[in-house]
Amino acid sequence: MRADTVVTGMGVVAPTGLGHAEHWAGTLRGASAIGPVTRFDAGRYPSRLAGEVASFVPEDHLPSRLLPQTDHMTRMALVASDWALADAGVDPGRLPEYGVGVVTAASAGGFEFGHRELQNLWRHGPQHVSAYQSFAWFYAVNTGQISIRHGLRGPAGALVTDQAGGLDALGQARRQLRRGQPMVLAGAVDGSPCPWGWVAHVSTGRMSEEPDPARAYRPFDTEAGGYVPGEGGALLVLESEEAARARGAARRYGRLAGYAATFDPPPGSGRPPNLLRAARAALDDADLRPGEVDVVFADAAGTPEEDAIEAEALRTLFGPRGVPVTAPKTMTGRLSAGGPALDVATALLALREGVIPPTVNIARPLPEHTLDLVTAPRRTPLATALILARGHGGFNSALVVTGPRRPGRATTPQRQESKPS
Amino acid sequence: MRTATHRRAVITGIGIVAPGAIGAKPFWDLLVSGRTATRTITSFDAAPYRSRMAAECDFDPVAEGLTPRQIRRMDRAAQFAVVAAREGIEDSGIDRGALDGARIGVVLGSAVGCTTSLENEYAVVSDSGARWLVDHSYAVPHLFDYFVPGSIAAEVAHDRIGAEGPVSLVSTGCTSGLDAVGRAADLIEEGEADVMVAGATEAPISPITVACFDAIKATSPDNDRPSEASRPFDRTRRGFVLGEGAAVFVLEEREHALRRGAEVYAEIAGFASRSNAFHMTGLRPDGVEMAEAIRVALAEARTDPSAIDYVNAHGSGTRQNDRHETAAFKRSLGAHAHRTPISSIKSMIGHSLGAIGSLEIAACALAIRHDAIPPTANLREPDPECDLDYVPLEARSLPVENVLTVGSGFGGFQSAMVLSGPGARGGSAA
Amino acid sequence: MNQLTTDRLMEIIRDCAGEGDPIEAAGGRPEDLDFAALGYDSLALLETLGRLEREFGVAIQEDEFARATTPAQLTTLVNRLLAAVS
Repeated sequence: MRADTVVTGMGVVAPTGLGHAEHWAGTLRGASAIGPVTRFDAGRYPSRLAGEVASFVPEDHLPSRLLPQTDHMTRMALVASDWALADAGVDPGRLPEYGVGVVTAASAGGFEFGHRELQNLWRHGPQHVSAYQSFAWFYAVNTGQISIRHGLRGPAGALVTDQAGGLDALGQARRQLRRGQPMVLAGAVDGSPCPWGWVAHVSTGRMSEEPDPARAYRPFDTEAGGYVPGEGGALLVLESEEAARARGAARRYGRLAGYAATFDPPPGSGRPPNLLRAARAALDDADLRPGEVDVVFADAAGTPEEDAIEAEALRTLFGPRGVPVTAPKTMTGRLSAGGPALDVATALLALREGVIPPTVNIARPLPEHTLDLVTAPRRTPLATALILARGHGGFNSALVVTGPRRPGRATTPQRQESKPS
Repeated sequence: MRTATHRRAVITGIGIVAPGAIGAKPFWDLLVSGRTATRTITSFDAAPYRSRMAAECDFDPVAEGLTPRQIRRMDRAAQFAVVAAREGIEDSGIDRGALDGARIGVVLGSAVGCTTSLENEYAVVSDSGARWLVDHSYAVPHLFDYFVPGSIAAEVAHDRIGAEGPVSLVSTGCTSGLDAVGRAADLIEEGEADVMVAGATEAPISPITVACFDAIKATSPDNDRPSEASRPFDRTRRGFVLGEGAAVFVLEEREHALRRGAEVYAEIAGFASRSNAFHMTGLRPDGVEMAEAIRVALAEARTDPSAIDYVNAHGSGTRQNDRHETAAFKRSLGAHAHRTPISSIKSMIGHSLGAIGSLEIAACALAIRHDAIPPTANLREPDPECDLDYVPLEARSLPVENVLTVGSGFGGFQSAMVLSGPGARGGSAA
Repeated sequence: MNQLTTDRLMEIIRDCAGEGDPIEAAGGRPEDLDFAALGYDSLALLETLGRLEREFGVAIQEDEFARATTPAQLTTLVNRLLAAVS
């Protein structure tokens, strides 16, 4: 039988708050953190809004030794890792030597750092490039820095599938737990609100150019006009139930019950997109039927075409208005790989509290979508949540979490799998 | 455990873009010849740099069959990957029409993604650094594909194989090429796919990458003799020589491959990774974590160290790596470390960061196929601290069934993989 | 003539690599302690090396740099190179 993957700790660094308590409180209030970019002068770009983690001051949380060698998003990731391990009550020094792995997802790496070094190189010459450039930009930087900070010597991983990576990292961690790893710290903290990163976002043509923060990112709305980027994310402490019990873990936020990833056919192929199939496969993996899902955390791309694909997938799977759907990321913007990881944390908190957090700024949901879009906090018993994510280029991922109120379906027959003794 | 599911992953196709060799056959010929493909950098003027050498691919995307549109859209790393994947798919003889796209996935590895294109575009929008920002609209419309290099895996998924299963890019620095194939094998074994196109690519020879390795003095400064600059395990070694290239495999569930009568190169018998949790660029001399990765990979493969016929070393040629690795081999293989031949192909094709792990897997699979092992070129004065059989200068012919290949990368990543020949492990689960 | 002082060197190192480790009270003058004892690793020193070369316009040989294992020794090395170019 397959071991249960439980979530025993979380570290959240989000535009909506530092730490999961502040994030949850802000999210329930519907307090959008989208505002004018402050980290650089965005005046010369067509899009000028972002979801920044305004209250994050790296010096308050990290030793000065780490600051010169890290991009801003790595600093946030390191702090999220501190909080996740503390929340789980873990002292890594007391765990088995190779007992803790790290898997993170990245999108563009330490891009702000990389931009600065490109400037040093092209303006001043090769002797002006920092020794830290050799790793501060690269996509594996958060995994490496986190493992060093906490002495985590288990398997390491880093995935790049744009936003879908936030779920893919958790799926990869779950695979490692099934192979006998007791604990994995996994998720994503990401985002590049920096000048060169902004040029990349603008180039997609899908960024919102609306200057009003309350109108800029409105997925599923009749006036959906693109997305707003942001920064932040979440890291989760994942354990096999067996390992969590053995160390006397204080709490379970819930279980990662199912996961699947699919890829879209090329544009113009005439074949349908595969988000629906990812959702179905994740439910199959969790051994759950669509009717057992209590809430969906949508990808909520924010462009009419992509929203339509997601709405159709949800309609096919659950029927018209068949399941409550929410997108709290309307308060944070899209945090690259960090967004879906944060959605998983938010979903687990929602299950625990029995409240669906709202999708904000949706004045007129597009009726054709036939979605039960939750636009004000909705109190209801919640046992199961489905989280969806898509990445640029065709990546689809889906993840199912079940809450502590549903102690699990451990007696349900699982996919046949034998273990050698 | 790797054998838990009874599904096993085998290599049935190999595609290569390497310095001095486009294609799997020329690649093997180069490796056993002991010739080196390291030279003075030609892709840009490297005169102001400390290390001015690289192992470059003489790669003509038009001659390799890419369309002008593909060439415009794709970074060089993606071009390598697509060309290598085409060769690998063709080599496997797989009939795409007989497969369900949902059961096919892709895992590509790359350490630095589309850095070269990002740097070019940076130069365009900043007037070669003179001012930020000239105009954001000067950037190519597909800039985001360079920004998030998952696009490389997407290109391969869309190109020939039409993968609609799990697709991803693994980026764990210089172990990416091992980790990507390890992940693909996992996905097959756990039933998430029957066929994976997996491998790794890198095209890092650009000013920013050369400059950052200059800054930490990791690359060799022996610019006056580029063909001899990569000298793993040699007393006089002075760092690695940057390389580029791609190796992409078709991995299949073993029964799937046997049913269609495919010729199997090797099975991915064991794989493990560990972190040293020590330093972003430094290594502890004792090699403990690499030894642990080797130990776990051997255990997964249910292979005793004494059954290993050949070890493909990371062998980057930096002072500390080669010592670290020698210690790791002794710690994990015991007395057999002194008996088994070990070599580093980085002596010939340089260190292509995220790609090299897959190029080395290819070398291992071909070693099994040809019962021969490539040498460590330029190894004329063995370092007394690296006192194992590092196969200097000349290839050897010997029966090769079980092979170990290892990698070590920035971030502290240590990975190990065991490959076994098609006849080595029998028809049923061990 | 432009001269490097150990105080200035320590400022540069802190800028390149953050605060060092706390120094034992009985440990003598900090500028005579090994960089490792001060909490600065090879990477911190390479970042510092680049800064020194740019700021003072000197080219420091790698083997000489490797032999300068304390702030006092590194200061002496840089000042010797400065004297040679002036």
